[in-house]
Amino acid sequence: MEQVLQVNKIEKYYGNKGNLTKAINQISFSISKGEFVGIMGASGSGKTTLLNCISTIDRVSAGSIMINGKDITKMKKSQLIKFRREELGFIFQDFNLLDTLTAYENIALALTIQKVNASLIQNRVKEVAQRLGIEEILNKYPYQLSGGQKQRVASARAIISNPKLILADEPTGALDSKSARMLLESFEDLNRSLDATILMVTHDAFSASYAHRIIFIKDGEIFNELVRGNDSRKEFFDKIIEVVTLLGGELNDVI
Amino acid sequence: MLFKLSIRNMRKSIKDYMIYFMTLVLGVAVFYVFNSLESQQAMLSISNDTREIVALITEMINYVSVFVSIILGFLIVYANNFLIKRRKKEFGVYMTLGMGKKNISVILLVETILIGLLSLVIGLIIGIFASQLTSIIVAKMFSADMSHYQFVYSSAATFKSILYFGIIYLIVMVFNMISIGRYQLIDLLQAHRKNESIKTKNLGICVLLFLVSVGMLAFAYYQVTQVFNGSQIELLGQMILVGCVGTFLLFYSLSGFILRVVQMNKGHYLKGLNCFVLRQMNATINTTVVSISIICLLQFFTICILSTAFAINETIKKDLRDLNPVDVSITSYVSMNEGIQGNESDVFDVLNKVDITSADFSEYTFANVYNANVYMKDSLAPIVDEIHDSFPYLQLDDAEETFMSVSDYNKIAKQFGNEQIELANNQYAAICDYDNMKNLRDKSLSKGTPITINGQSLVPKYDHCIYGFVVNSASHMNMGIIVVPDQFVMNMELRAMHFNADYAGDQEHTKLMEERFRTLEENGDLAYTVYSRIAMAENATGLTALFVFIGLYLGIIFLISGAAILALKQLSESSDNVERYKILRKIGTSERMINHSLFVQIGIFFAMPLSLACIHSIFGIQVANKLLALFNQNDMLAPIAITAIFIIMIYGSYFVITYLGSRSIIKEDSMV
Repeated sequence: MEQVLQVNKIEKYYGNKGNLTKAINQISFSISKGEFVGIMGASGSGKTTLLNCISTIDRVSAGSIMINGKDITKMKKSQLIKFRREELGFIFQDFNLLDTLTAYENIALALTIQKVNASLIQNRVKEVAQRLGIEEILNKYPYQLSGGQKQRVASARAIISNPKLILADEPTGALDSKSARMLLESFEDLNRSLDATILMVTHDAFSASYAHRIIFIKDGEIFNELVRGNDSRKEFFDKIIEVVTLLGGELNDVI
Repeated sequence: MLFKLSIRNMRKSIKDYMIYFMTLVLGVAVFYVFNSLESQQAMLSISNDTREIVALITEMINYVSVFVSIILGFLIVYANNFLIKRRKKEFGVYMTLGMGKKNISVILLVETILIGLLSLVIGLIIGIFASQLTSIIVAKMFSADMSHYQFVYSSAATFKSILYFGIIYLIVMVFNMISIGRYQLIDLLQAHRKNESIKTKNLGICVLLFLVSVGMLAFAYYQVTQVFNGSQIELLGQMILVGCVGTFLLFYSLSGFILRVVQMNKGHYLKGLNCFVLRQMNATINTTVVSISIICLLQFFTICILSTAFAINETIKKDLRDLNPVDVSITSYVSMNEGIQGNESDVFDVLNKVDITSADFSEYTFANVYNANVYMKDSLAPIVDEIHDSFPYLQLDDAEETFMSVSDYNKIAKQFGNEQIELANNQYAAICDYDNMKNLRDKSLSKGTPITINGQSLVPKYDHCIYGFVVNSASHMNMGIIVVPDQFVMNMELRAMHFNADYAGDQEHTKLMEERFRTLEENGDLAYTVYSRIAMAENATGLTALFVFIGLYLGIIFLISGAAILALKQLSESSDNVERYKILRKIGTSERMINHSLFVQIGIFFAMPLSLACIHSIFGIQVANKLLALFNQNDMLAPIAITAIFIIMIYGSYFVITYLGSRSIIKEDSMV
C-alpha cells in the first residue's frame, strides 16, 4: 500500500550539550494512504512536538520525515510553506477560524491562498460543506456558531484542498461530547468515502477509539501500538483503556 | 534597578516607541523652527524698515504656539496612553511579583524623562538645522538679501521649546500616574484577552448610506463652487456642515460598500487574501470612523491653508510687480488740500521741503482727475435695479464718477505700459481693473449707456472697460475712471492730482529718496499720499509672511497629528491582529502574502482620509480663492505641488514606520 507518511528514527533535542532534553527519541512509524491513525500520550510525552515536526512547524534534530515521498526535513523554509499549503490540512483544538470572515470565506481561504480559480472555489466549498453538513451556516460568522459547527468549518477548510495528510491536534478538546461524537463521525465518513488520510493527536480515549490504529507515546518514545482490526468501536475502546491504565499518569484522569 | 528596567523596556519596545518618539521629535523641531523665525537671517533682512510687522509676526506665532502646544499635548498624552495599554501585561507581571504601583510609576517616570530628554535634544538639533533651511526658503519667498549669510541659533526659541515641552511631559507623567493608579491587577493580566464578537453592519444599509453621503458631498461641492459668490457666509457654514456629515457617513459606509461591490465580483473577492483584507478593513474602519473623519477634515484644512498661504504670497508678489510700474506715486486730493490748482508746482513745492527736486526723477508725469456731477446711477443707468438687488450696500446715488482727459490718461498709460486710447469728440471710455466693478460697468457699456456733461451727450467707444490704473497700488482696486476728450475737462471741478515718477540715480539714491518720502509722511502732511513701490512691497511682504508662516505652522502640526493618530490606531490594530496572522500562517499563507496584505491594509487606511481630503480640497481651494479674491488661479499649481511634497514627506515617513512596526508586531512569535 502507498505510504503517505514515513517517520524515520527522528529525534528532537532541546537545550545545549550540557543540559540536553530529548523531547523525541528515535521514533519511527509509517501511515498508509486512507488510514486513520491516532496518537495518544500524556502531556509532556512529546506528542505535540511530534505533530509539530510532521506538520513542518518545527524541525527535527535527527532523522527524516517523508510525506508522499518527499523528505520535508531537507526542505527550505519557502518550500515548506508551499508544501504545508498544498499537501497538508490542519484541524486545531481551538478551531483557529478568522473571526472577521464568514464560515464560507474561512473555508475558501485555504484555496484562495493557493491562487485557485474563483469559480472552482465556489463549487468546492459547496461540495465540502454538503459533506460536512454545514451548508446552512456558511454565511455566518464564527461567533454565531457553536463549537461543533466551528470545528466542522475548520475541518472543511482542512480538507478542501485535497491534502495528502490531515493533521488534527486535539480536535475534540474544546467540544462537548455530543459535538465531539458528530465530528468524529464526520472524520470516519471523510476517511471512508474520500479515502482521506488522517493523523489525530488526542488524549481522549473515546476520540481515539474512532481511529484504525493508535500509537502510544511516553517520554518521547513509542510505548505501544494498537490496531483496531475487526474489533467493534466498543471493544477497541476497552483495549485503549487497558493501555492507558498501563501508561499511567495523567491520561488516567481524562477518561 | 528600576532605572535599568526602564532602559531595557525602552530598548525592547523600541518599535512601539518609534512613532511616539518621531512625533515628539517632529513636534519639538517644528516648534523650534517657528519660534526662532524672528532671529533668522532672512527675516532680519526683509524687515529692515518694517519692525512692527516682525513684531506682529512674532506675537502671532507666540499665540499660535500656545494653541499648537495644546494640540501636541493632547497628541502626546494620547500616544503615551496607547503605549501604556500595550504594556498592561508587563505591569501586571511586575505587580504579581510584588512591585507596588509606586514603583511602576517610577519606572514610567524614568522612561518619560529619558524619552523627553532624548526627543528634546534630537528635536532641537533637527530644528536648528531645519531653521537654516527655512531661512533659505524664506529668503527665496520674499527675495530678501542673503549675501551675509551666517549660521543662526536662537537661544530664546530653545528655551521656549524646552519650557513648553517640559510642561507637556509633566502632564504626561501625571496622566501616567493616574492611569496606573486606576488599573486593577486582574485587568492588567487579562489585558490580552479579546472579545471574539465583532459588530457587523448590514451591507445593504451601507450601500444606501454610501450613496446618500456621496449625494451630500456632491450637493455641498456644487453649492460652494456654483452658487457661493464669496459673500454668503451663512451658506458656506451650512455647506461645511453638510460636508462634515457627508464625510462621516462616507467613512461609516465606505468599507461596507466596497465589500459589497467586491463581493459581487467573485473572481476578485476570492483571490489571495483579498477577502481577508476587505473584512479586516471593514472591522478596522468600523471602530475608527470618528477619528478617520476628523483626520480627513484636518487634512482638508491643512491642504487648503498651505496652498492658499503659498498662493496668497504668489498673488501678492505678482500684483506688486504688475501694479507698481513706477517707483513712486503721489496723489493729492482737493478735499484735503484746498490750495492746489492742478499744476506741477503744487507737488514740487512740497517735495522741495524734503530736498527733492525734479532732477531726482528720471521720468515723471502729472494727471488730474475731475468731478462733473455725474453719478454711478447715471453711468450704470440700465442696470441700476439689478445692482440694487444683488449689491444693496452700493450707494449708487452718492457715488460720483471721476473723469480724466484722454491726453492725461495716455501719458500715464504710456508710462505704465498700458493700452492707450483714442477718442472721437462724442466718445468716452472707462478704465477699471477691479473685477466686480468691471463686470457691472461692462454690462452698462455694452448697452451703449450715454453720459451727459455740460449738456453734451457722450457715448461709450468700447463695449467693455479698458484695463488700467493711474497710481501705484497694492491690489486691483481701480473702481473706474471715465476718460473723455480733452475739451470736456476744462470746466470740471478738480478732484485730485496724480504724480507718477521713476527715480534717477543708483541704489544709494533710491534709499535716500525712500527716506525723504518717509520723512514727508512722518511730517503728517496728509494732503499728499505717497505710494512708493518699495514701501508697498515691504508692507505686503510682511503681511503675507505672517499669513504664510501661521499657515505653515498650523498646517504642519495638523499633518503630524493626523499622521500620528493614524499610525497609532493602525499599530494597536496590528497588535490585536497577531492571532489572526498566526492562523493565516498555520494554514500555510506565505510571509510574502501576509506582508502584502498588511501593506495594502495600512496603505488603504492612510490613503483613505487623504484621498477624500484631496477631493474636498479641490473645492475648498476654490472657495478660499473666492473668499480672499485671489486671481490667477493658474498660479495655484506650484503651491499645491509644495503642499503635496510636505504631505508626502510627513505621511510617507509615518506610513513606512507604521508598516515596519506592524510587520514586526505580527511577526512577534513567528514560526520557524
